[in-house]
Formats: sequence, C-alpha cells, structure tokens
Amino acid sequence: MQALRGADFTLAPGEVHALLGENGAGKTTLMHVAYGLVRPDAGTIHVDGVAHAFRTPRAARAAGIGLVPQHPLAIPTLTVAENLALALDWPVAPGALAARVREETARLELPLEPAARVEALPVALQQRLEIVKALAGRARVLLLDEPTAVLAPVEAEALMRRVRAFAAGGGSVVLITHKLEEALGWSDRVTVLRRGAVVASGAASAFDAPALAAAMVGSGAAAPRADERTVGRADVAAAAAATILVRAAHLEVEREDGSALAVREASFELRAGEIAAVAAVEGNGQRELLRAVAGVLPVWRGMLEVAPPVAFIPEDRTTEGLIPALDLTANVVLGVGRAAPWVRGFRLLWPQARARTGELIAQFGVRAAGPSAPASSLSGGNQQKVVIARALERHPRVLVAENPTRGLDVAATAAVHERLRAAAAAGCAVLVHSSDLDEVVALGGRLFVMSGGTLRAVGDGATRAEIGALMAGVRVA
Amino acid sequence: MSERLATLAKALAAPAAALALGLVLLAAGLAAAGYDARAGLAAMADGAFGSWYAFTSATLVRAVPLVLIGLGFALALRAGALNIGGEGQFLAGAIAAAWLGVALDGWPSVLAAPLGLLGAALAGALWMALPVLLRARYGVLEVISTLLLNFVAEALVSLMVTGPMQEPTHVYPQSAPIAAAARLPLLPGTRLHLGVGVAIAAAAALAFVLRQTWWGFAVTATGAGARAARVSGGIRTARVSAVALLLAGGLAGLAGGTEVGGVAYALYPNLSPGYGFTAIAVALLARLDPLGIVASGVLFGALEAGAQAMQRDAGIPSVAVYVVEALAILLVLVADAAARRRQGTMAGVSEAAA
Repeated sequence: MQALRGADFTLAPGEVHALLGENGAGKTTLMHVAYGLVRPDAGTIHVDGVAHAFRTPRAARAAGIGLVPQHPLAIPTLTVAENLALALDWPVAPGALAARVREETARLELPLEPAARVEALPVALQQRLEIVKALAGRARVLLLDEPTAVLAPVEAEALMRRVRAFAAGGGSVVLITHKLEEALGWSDRVTVLRRGAVVASGAASAFDAPALAAAMVGSGAAAPRADERTVGRADVAAAAAATILVRAAHLEVEREDGSALAVREASFELRAGEIAAVAAVEGNGQRELLRAVAGVLPVWRGMLEVAPPVAFIPEDRTTEGLIPALDLTANVVLGVGRAAPWVRGFRLLWPQARARTGELIAQFGVRAAGPSAPASSLSGGNQQKVVIARALERHPRVLVAENPTRGLDVAATAAVHERLRAAAAAGCAVLVHSSDLDEVVALGGRLFVMSGGTLRAVGDGATRAEIGALMAGVRVA
Repeated sequence: MSERLATLAKALAAPAAALALGLVLLAAGLAAAGYDARAGLAAMADGAFGSWYAFTSATLVRAVPLVLIGLGFALALRAGALNIGGEGQFLAGAIAAAWLGVALDGWPSVLAAPLGLLGAALAGALWMALPVLLRARYGVLEVISTLLLNFVAEALVSLMVTGPMQEPTHVYPQSAPIAAAARLPLLPGTRLHLGVGVAIAAAAALAFVLRQTWWGFAVTATGAGARAARVSGGIRTARVSAVALLLAGGLAGLAGGTEVGGVAYALYPNLSPGYGFTAIAVALLARLDPLGIVASGVLFGALEAGAQAMQRDAGIPSVAVYVVEALAILLVLVADAAARRRQGTMAGVSEAAA
C-alpha cells in the first residue's frame, strides 16, 4: 500500500514543526523514512543541504536525527540504565552507569529509576525512556511521534517546555500530534498530511484549531470536538433505577507482577446504561481496577460481581489487543471468544467468522485490504476500530476500556466516543479510563478519580481544578 | 478451492526449490571430491524410488517415524514451545512397546497391536510430563529439559536391554522379540507396516484440529502472541502450551511404538538413527504444516533410504546426504526470513531496528 505520495517537508534549525493528520495519513511513515526505517520508493532527504539515503537508523542517528517512537521500543527485560547504555554506547560500569543515568535524567528533567526493569514500567515511563534516549544522544533533529499521548497534563507540559528549550538551543523538532492545541500552542510551523500528501503547511500563527481540523478531515467539516459537559448529568438519575451490572465492595487488586497492592478498598456500583470514567495519572491503580472488572486480573481481596459477558479494550493494541502477525479474522475470533456464533462446540467455522469480519470492517469503516489482511498492516486508528468492533461483537453487558483513544486523531476519537455512548445507550455499563482529563470529562456520566490506589467518586459540579487536585492526590475538603 | 491450491503450490515451491538446490550442490560437492556424482545420485534415486519395494520398504518405512515426531514438534512449536526431545520420547515409547509386546503374548492381535501403540504414546507423553511440570512450576525452558532427557532415555534403553528387559539368553544387549500378535500388519510383499496409516491419520487429525477447531486456534494464538491471547482472548496459554507439549511427546512415543511393532520387533540401543532430530528438519521444511509434514517426511525418508543405497552401491559415504538436508532447511529458513522482510510491516521493521 502506498503510504506517502510526493510529500514535501522542510525543517528549519531552531524550529518546532508540528505534523498533523488522521490515522493512516502517513505521518509515522514520513518520519520512518527520515529515520532510515523505511526506504522511499522515490524522492530524497537532505540534511544541511546534503542528500542522504538513510538505509539504517544508525546512519540517521549519525547525521544527528533522533526518533522517539509512538510505541516504546526498549528491551523489556533489561533495566533503564542498561537500555540507555545499549542505545548510547555508554560503558556498563554498574555504579558509574547508574550515577550517569540519574545525572542525565535530572538534567533533562525526565527522572527515571536506573535500576527499574523496563517491562515493569508503565507505558508513560517507557516512553519517557525513549525521549531520554533521543535527547541524551545529542541529536540535533528530534522526531517525536505522539510523545504526549500517554503523559499526564503536567508531564506533557514539562516535555513541551523541554522541547522548546531544545529548539531555542538550535535544535529542530518534528512533533507528530493529534492534539490541535498542542500543535498550535507549542510549534512554530504546522504541516497537515492527508492520505499521504501535504494538504496544508505554514506558520502556526496562520492557523486556528477549526482550520487544522478541517484540513485533516479534508471535508471542511468542523472539528468534531467532544462537547463540554458538566460533571453529573441528568441521566445519572435515570440510571439509578437500572439494573446493577458491576458491584464492588472493599475490592483490592494486586499489581500484575504481584509486587504490591494496586487497588485499595474500592467500592462502587455500575448500572446498565451508564458510563463511568476513571481519571488518573499512569500507575495509580486504575489499570488494575479496570482489569479486575474485565476479568483479566484476579481479585486479591474484597467482593466483585460483574454481569457477563464482559468485553475489554486493552490500552496496548499491538501486544495485548491484537496479534499483529495474524489476520483480522483471527483477531476478531480471538476477541469475540468462545461464545461467538462461529464456534460450535469444539468446531471453529472460519468461513462464517471471515464473512462477519468483512461486515464489521465495512460497518466500522476500517481501512484494510480485507478480512485476511494481517493486523500489522493497519494503522493505529484502524487497529483500534477492529478492537472496538470485536468487543461490541461480544454483545457485552459490561464494557471496560483502557485509554481507548490513545494515539487516535480527532475524527477517530470522536468515533470511539460515539461507540462507547451508543453501547451505554443500548444498556451496557461502560467503565473507561483515560489519562486525558478532557476525554474523561467529555465522556463521563459519572466521574471517578484514582490516586495512590484509592478510588474516589467526584461530586456533582466539580471544577477541573478540583478534579486535577484529586488526581494529584490532594484531598479537597 | 483453486485459491487454496494456489497457496498450497506457493507453500511447496520454496521447499521444493530448496531441496533441488541442495541436491545440485551435493552433486557438485561429490564431483569436486572426486566421486562419480552421476552414479551416486542414480544409486540414491534407485534406492529411494527405484522400485515399489524400495519406495514402500525403504522410503516410506523411514518416513513413518519422521512424520509422527515431526507432527508433534510442529504442534508444540505452533503453541510457542520448542520440543528438542523427540528422540527421548521416541525411545520411551519404544521401551513401552517392547515391554508390552512381550507381556501381551497370547493376546489376540486386534488388541495386542493397538495396546502396544497406545502404551507407547502414553510413555512418550509421560516422558514429556517432567519438562511440562518444570516449565509450569519453575519456568525451566523446555528446550533444555527435553534435550537433556534424550540422554536419559538413551541410558535407560541401555539399562533395560542389559538388565530387566534383556533377552532370555542374556547374551545380546537387546530385549526379547515381541510376540507375533503385537506386530503391526504388513502390506503384502513389502516391509511397509500399518504405521504408515497411523502417521497419515495423525497428520489429517492434526490438520483438522489446527484449522477447524477452537483449540487449534488457541494453539496458533498462543504461539503468535501469548499476551494478547491471554488478555484479549481469555486463553489459558500456559495450559495450551502444556497440552501441546504432552501431545508432542505422545506422537513421538507413538513413533517409537510403530518402529518396535512394525520394523525392529525388539528394543535395542541405536534403535533410532536420529529420527528425533531429523524430524525437526522435516517439520521446519514443511513450515509446520501437518499435511506438508507428510510430504517432507516422505522426502526425508527417501533421502535417508537413498543415502544407504548410495553408500552400498556407489561407495559414497551416506553422511553426504545430511549436507543436502541441512542445506534445504537453511534455504527454506532464509526464504522465509526474506519473505517476512519483504512484506515487512511497520511494526516488524521498527522492532528489527530496536
């Protein structure tokens, strides 16, 4: 498939250049070409006026280009320090290495524990490691692929400040993002890609959010911004009469590795037709809470009753949601499970599954070659559509979604929100976590906040500042 | 249907080309070493396919254990587990079959022969039980445990045929011959035994399980992405791998049973000329496809039979054929890797670069 068609892109010294576009527009591909991961069929790359044809990332790094990938690529079984030593050719003298890592991460204001094993880190910290890798490598050109997608607002702002400082020092930054405000607020120039071609480019000051959104979706449609809602809506009262589908009392859940208690004494109920959103910064127990409800993690102590069937939308599409090497049919079969109509006793009727997958592809507007296309051939947004389509195909009474719009563009985000609302309207209890406060507020019928493993319901009419304070673990009197 | 034929042809093209290239290289090597390559290859072809008797009694007889063990290896590897212990499980099955073959003297053949095979399969699975337990309990890599148990099995065979199972005269290091009732029926006029039917049935059954059943899908999902299989599919991947490994052991044990019941009629050291290892090559050449394993098993059976004929008739050491086998595997692996690289998805490319 052709991902880029004659795309021109220039990056000046000292500039932050935002690269926008819908999922599958070719943003990541363009950056992978610049980083030597993908070879272009035609066209050239010039660095400081010299033509380069990077055949490997090593060659790109030698030319001063650093990439922070969308999905962290560190070696999971090694520690933070070992990964940095490996990436940056630092000598591996245990004491000195740890000290150097501490010093470097402190200088970059991106603290990381040198001895932590990468696989034990939350996604946000794994991504931080990638950023440290690129910045500590003395790169002059930084390619950031949706760097703030999994960061808490405070962390994202700190990172953007760091990016500006890097540019002020003469460095150049490409910032791939879906957040229009982020592009407009922090970059000097913006370029919008659509279906592999540049459709808009210019100074950031020349654009506003609606104009960028229009360029991205290409139809001149206004940006499908999620409408602002005040917390505590009228339909909460209506839901009170509905059936209780999830009931938890004094629920405690351990971390997946069993190292510590992640959820403490959580008590709540979810009713049919209700959306409950959990706002929390990475690593505060919301992951374990959602996974316990989804039946993926065991209950450590306390009571948890969940009405089956439950469907789960995991945060990490490529390692937990989908099996990239298998085709879409197989991935749908995986997610729908044994209760699917194509499972008869021990038999699995592939033709039926394939036909239904084809229907789902059409119904959810998945851009894919067909039901037999490998999941790895889809862009992130289209992969997420498959994950959601098959979750709903379980006809769940309880739907659990972890950061369901991570890394998705505005249109795909709105589509996901629409699906979640539709599921609730159809009588499902929907439990969502998002690390984006805007999303939580936009979605939530009921709002919960988790910090330090403790779940708190947010009262009606809470302000954003109050919610933010709760997320940060500050008790509001 | 024609689409399926096309994919099948595509799947067979690389292994066939690899084997052909391996034979060409063998001929070149033989010529370079001063042998009469033409006579050597002619002797090989003759020994493997030259007559109905050669094809059934030399080629197919050797193919039976290769196919059975290869099927087990493929099943386990598809479930993400690497069983290097086919040789040991084969021997465990052979011990059981030899013991039952003697013990069931006087039983009717319709019972004795199947019981011998069943016992052999159970013994092979039992031999796998320890690696499965070690993997489940302590995370011991099955690659290592199954490999090491090969040596234990060899030692056990030696112990048995010089101790408790030694033939009555206590002269030769082998067991007493098994009862006539425990022997597998032969195809008239040949040495081809019922094991060939067992192997084909096993391949057909495995192809059905992998393609048409939920458990077969669970195996594929476990091997292709265990974490997603657990989180998104609710598949108990540890259990799937364990069952696949036990079945692999059972199939290798069954091969030991057909070898004792159909060919050797007794237990003795060196019963297997390395079937357990050659079967890995058979499975890899067929890219773990059950029906492909039947085809590649017959090819390897032909190579082994041809090698014996080449040594006998042309005076060329039979080990030369192992070069062909190894080359064919290497070429298939390289072709696979190249194909993966060509269709290299973004994720795959990034991972390779990490």
